[in-house]
Amino acid sequence: MEQHQAIVLDSRIESVEEAEAAAERVAAGAGFDEGERHRIAMAVREITVNAVMHGNAYDRGKKVTIEFDLTPEELVVSIRDQGSGFDTTVVADPLAPENLLRQSGRGIFLARAFMDEVEVEPSGSGTSVRLIKHRQAKAPSRS
Amino acid sequence: MIKATCRRIDTVTVVDLGGRITLGDGSTTLRDTVRNLLGQGETRILLNLGEVSYIDSSGLGELVSAFTLVRRSGGDLKLLNLTRKVHDLLQITKLYTVFDVQDDEARAIAAFGRANAPAGPQLAH
Repeated sequence: MEQHQAIVLDSRIESVEEAEAAAERVAAGAGFDEGERHRIAMAVREITVNAVMHGNAYDRGKKVTIEFDLTPEELVVSIRDQGSGFDTTVVADPLAPENLLRQSGRGIFLARAFMDEVEVEPSGSGTSVRLIKHRQAKAPSRS
Repeated sequence: MIKATCRRIDTVTVVDLGGRITLGDGSTTLRDTVRNLLGQGETRILLNLGEVSYIDSSGLGELVSAFTLVRRSGGDLKLLNLTRKVHDLLQITKLYTVFDVQDDEARAIAAFGRANAPAGPQLAH
């Protein structure tokens, strides 16, 4: 059975906590274990931080929309801001020795590390990021 | 929300941290605590993360910032008692190669005494 949920958040720091909590709830409902719930929620948190801070730049007139789509195969979380578009190719590699001591620039990296797939679509009307986590197929029961 | 309590053992200040080090209050508390210690001339700092349940990328950035600040002040900053989640986060981001991570307080305190030239990347001034 497929499920769809959507939330619309203001461009403020508190929205990050709301996004994380929502992701934790959805992931729990989907049956992911504690470790995977943590990773999914953290990936959603990091991308929402980018949407609020860098995408919408805390603009009160702009929103962050998060959609959760759960299918038997995967959980897809789509996070969309209304900024001017975020080009991930300009983000420096946080693992490069010269960047290890940088204070920022790890958010998208952590999302990629914690999810199975991450798709970023920047446009002039905002950035849309799709976070995908595959659901493990249940082993057939032995009876 | 993060809690930070400082105690002194020999020449080392142990900062017991608890809660979440995340964007906002958590990161600010860590930053203020380390800056206050440096302002008081305390340059040997051991951050006890045993009760820290969560760190996000902003919190990681604050840890790195604290580390560079202390090193530039001629001191040293080490980490103690990482939870599994925080340990994994430092490994994924390769920050495990930056920080001196300890799991025993007495040994961590002793390690400050031995450290004439701390390991880790050279800092640009």
